[in-house]
Amino acid sequence: MNDTTETLSVDTADMPPDPTLTAAPTAMKNARETPEEAGPGVIETKNMDVFYGDFKAVADVSMNFAFNEISALIGPSGCGKSTVLRSLNRMNDLIPTARTDGEVLYHGANIYAPGVDPVEIRRRIGMVFQKPNPFPKSIFDNIAWGAKINGFKGSKADMKDLVEGALRQAALWDEVKDKLNESGLSLSGGQQQRLCIARAVATQPDVILMDEPCSALDPIATLRIEELMLELKENYSIIIVTHNMQQAARVSDRTAFFNVELDTKGQRTGYLVEFSPTDQLFTSPKEKATEDYITGRFG
Amino acid sequence: MTTTAPEKQTRDYFPTEDEYQKLLGRRTRFGHTVRLTLLLMLTIAVVGLGILLYTIIDDSFGLVAVINENEPEDILAAYGYDPATTTLNDLNKEQLVEVLAGSVSSGVGRRLERDQRFFEDRLVFETQEKWDEVCASDDPPAGCDGGVRSKGNVVDLVQERVIRPDIVAASGLTGSILNPDRFKEKVQQDFVDNPDNYEPFTYEDVRYTWRAWFSWKFITSPASDRPEIAGVRTAVLGSIWLVIITVLFAVPVGVGAAIYLEEFARPNRINDLIQTNINNLAGVPSIIYGMLGLAVLVRILEPITSGSLFGEGAPNGRTILSAGLTLGLLTLPVVIISSQEAIRAVPNSLRQAGMGLGATKWQTVRSQVLPVAIPGILTGTILAVARAIGETAPLILVGAAGFITVSPSGPFSQFTALPIQIFQWTSLPQEEWRHLAAAASLVLLVLLLTLNAAAVLLRNRYSRRLT
Amino acid sequence: MATGSDIQDVSMEEQLERKRRPLDTFIVGSLFIAGAISIAITLGILWELGSESLLFFTDEVVSIGSFFTSTEWSPQAGSFGIWPLILGTLLITFIALLVAVPVGLSAAIYLSEYASARVRNFFKPVLEILVGIPTVVFGFFALTFMTPLLRSIFGSTVGFFNVLSAGMVVGLLIVPLISSLAEDAMAAVPNSLRQASYGLGASRLETSLRVVVPAALSGIAAGIVVAMSRAVGETMVVTLAAGASPRNFSLGEDSLFGYILSPFEGAQTMTGYIAITASGDISYDTIDYNSIFAIGLTLFLMTLGLNSLSRRIVKRFRQEYE
Repeated sequence: MNDTTETLSVDTADMPPDPTLTAAPTAMKNARETPEEAGPGVIETKNMDVFYGDFKAVADVSMNFAFNEISALIGPSGCGKSTVLRSLNRMNDLIPTARTDGEVLYHGANIYAPGVDPVEIRRRIGMVFQKPNPFPKSIFDNIAWGAKINGFKGSKADMKDLVEGALRQAALWDEVKDKLNESGLSLSGGQQQRLCIARAVATQPDVILMDEPCSALDPIATLRIEELMLELKENYSIIIVTHNMQQAARVSDRTAFFNVELDTKGQRTGYLVEFSPTDQLFTSPKEKATEDYITGRFG
Repeated sequence: MTTTAPEKQTRDYFPTEDEYQKLLGRRTRFGHTVRLTLLLMLTIAVVGLGILLYTIIDDSFGLVAVINENEPEDILAAYGYDPATTTLNDLNKEQLVEVLAGSVSSGVGRRLERDQRFFEDRLVFETQEKWDEVCASDDPPAGCDGGVRSKGNVVDLVQERVIRPDIVAASGLTGSILNPDRFKEKVQQDFVDNPDNYEPFTYEDVRYTWRAWFSWKFITSPASDRPEIAGVRTAVLGSIWLVIITVLFAVPVGVGAAIYLEEFARPNRINDLIQTNINNLAGVPSIIYGMLGLAVLVRILEPITSGSLFGEGAPNGRTILSAGLTLGLLTLPVVIISSQEAIRAVPNSLRQAGMGLGATKWQTVRSQVLPVAIPGILTGTILAVARAIGETAPLILVGAAGFITVSPSGPFSQFTALPIQIFQWTSLPQEEWRHLAAAASLVLLVLLLTLNAAAVLLRNRYSRRLT
Repeated sequence: MATGSDIQDVSMEEQLERKRRPLDTFIVGSLFIAGAISIAITLGILWELGSESLLFFTDEVVSIGSFFTSTEWSPQAGSFGIWPLILGTLLITFIALLVAVPVGLSAAIYLSEYASARVRNFFKPVLEILVGIPTVVFGFFALTFMTPLLRSIFGSTVGFFNVLSAGMVVGLLIVPLISSLAEDAMAAVPNSLRQASYGLGASRLETSLRVVVPAALSGIAAGIVVAMSRAVGETMVVTLAAGASPRNFSLGEDSLFGYILSPFEGAQTMTGYIAITASGDISYDTIDYNSIFAIGLTLFLMTLGLNSLSRRIVKRFRQEYE
């Protein structure tokens, strides 16, 4: 944590978060390799099951999310795609009955190993939620708070730079630079969502999880967020849940299709059908179920 | 053939159009009747409240029948003034002090002077040497700080000490305005029926004046055994001290418990037990809390609550501290439950946003959840505290003393409180005390109304700010 | 950066290790203690009521059998039978409910099913003000308004202290409790039920009385039970207006009915006895001192029973609509 401050004081907009992270992955996408072939990614799940109490929400998910890519999770409602997303930074811990089996490796370390601090995980793996949820505070404080609680040691001027940098990365700076002291709630829905993205970016994570970030927005605001995602992936790995297949097709590099099956007791358990490069999944899916789903929707 | 069958059935089982219209009319009329009955019942509740408030205000003002031990006219004549042209108020301060000095004993005079001097440049009752000696002692009386009685104050003293009015009967506001003669006849009749009660005075000595039992003077005067001069200062101060201690105990503990239960408690047996227990405590009658206060705070913890552990000298544990903590215990479940509701109303998305940024649970609660919940917590707390101010039964149990004229000086003082004062004045048989009880109730209601209004204002202000 | 770049120096496992946060631990610990204090209060109440009652029941002049069977309460004469006090309490509670149930329920039905926003905005604050008035003021009201009113209607058969006046004023006191709980219960009835009823051609009245009220019945019942518990524990009104002498009776039919059928006379209640005894000069460890705890324990158990009953009813009510 101590070495964070040096980079934080610089305008983060022009700063790739980490040179070591950006090196490899660009080639990977063009080669259309499956992640397994490309070696370990930023997050890797191994036979992950998620339970709520006795109810198994998703079963046996093994995925490998590559560095600096946008991975999209799609599937019918109730297929557990949001559950999977939330188990990647242990947000499911907030539900008292939730339990995760199997492994989730982050840079090779199992985040569900005993002794792991969920707070440490969430600092590194940020999250943007379905509905924009800015704090009822000023725009400035919305962004500064995350940095403060994570031990930001810079001066006031450094904090200003950090806030400006985060807002620039979220393409919001020009719209709000004159009203940083106004409440975050005074912004429009789309602006609020970009504020939430700026807020997540300001704590300098290397992965950003997005849970249907555009579902509460109009088409124009949605477009802006999508453009933003494409810019952000230069510096971050992004995993997004979307109910909108066009969106997955437009922005993502890789897409995972989840489906749901009813067991004998009538419980609905989600499972991963396939995880392929996006253009491949939408043009020549490996699985019949995927094809049915995308053609049904598109048709 | 099949198409006609249902029609036939309809004709058999349902009323004709005509009959149906009649039925509908009956149903509508019945509906109106019931609606009016419901409204009437609701009005009963409102009328009940109205009469209650009316009774209190009615008894707080009105005509009183007074017998003066010395008539002002006689006093003025005795000192050589013409009662026809002069009243007490026309005298200057020197003249008034002369009248006073002529009537009170030298002991009472010295006490009055030690409370507050009459003149800046001279002493009336004390000698200079004695005064210096008293003021040089470890515990000098209030009069040594300087400060001189005003003329109005001396007029009051003459009223109280020389004229010595005795209220023999009092009437409510409505009766005094609409039918004062009936009140006067009643007083006169009582003089005929029970002359012994009024010896050595006769009906000729009775004077009728208007009196506001509820007045600024009533609020600022200490308690007294004479209804003419009794006030609620000691009781009001006692109540204020109680509120301070109640708040200091119940608010931090209550809000803390609410935060724990809403934000940190995982559903396990201990936490379920705590929650059920709090719900149960909220339903325990207040008198039971009084018994807890009596047995534990007053009796077992006497060294602490009487202050003897800290070198303070209350004779027993029946102090403000015991009573304030008793009210605190009583208020605690209400504060917890209303704070829990306020915290629960904070949208979950804020918690997720905070945690999603890598904040710890406590950081999220402190910086994001609590600021949003605070207006709700405050509103609930104020209402709970307002309830505590009106509580009487627990105070009776922990032994609020009824007759105390000395203002409380700290948590280890013996004390009385407004509701206790109302209770005791209500239980006294003479009519004058009833009017004092009404006036004290009015003071209490005004106090509570102010607090409630504050709660409403607070809620409105914050809810505007948030949106 | 605290993220990827540290991999070379420190393994990710170590970076993710649980951190010590002494401040957080301390605060959560303190908050837990604040929550646990409520347990201490309950234990304190149980201990104090229990231990003092034990002293009372082991006193040589008292027997636990006669406490629960004797119909005479005269501490001076050494008779400690709690029934006169319980009956006094129940009689006043009964009168209170007689007033409060029709008024409170009508208020709730009218406000939730009929009233326009303007009418509601007038009546709701009135009911809220009633909640905020201290009980001692209600006691004053009972003594200075209600009793004289009853005496002017029924003549001097009405005692200066009487249970009717006390009961009616306690009733007024619990009206807002019943109305607000009943209103909550009716608000919880799904709107679809109302629409279904209107759709069949039912009038507003038929809908509210035959559909909404029955559907909310257990919630309403729970509210009445809570109000009952409140009336049983009410102290100041009964102490001031119902008098300070327990009405003893014998078990013969006439006497028992006589008790119930004479609302114009005074009767001491459990709470009244506790308050009056404690307001006098009372020394520790006397039979009088211990007796108030025995009565307090009985009172505590009665109200606890009523409150748990109400919660059980509510729980069932919730299940119906979930």
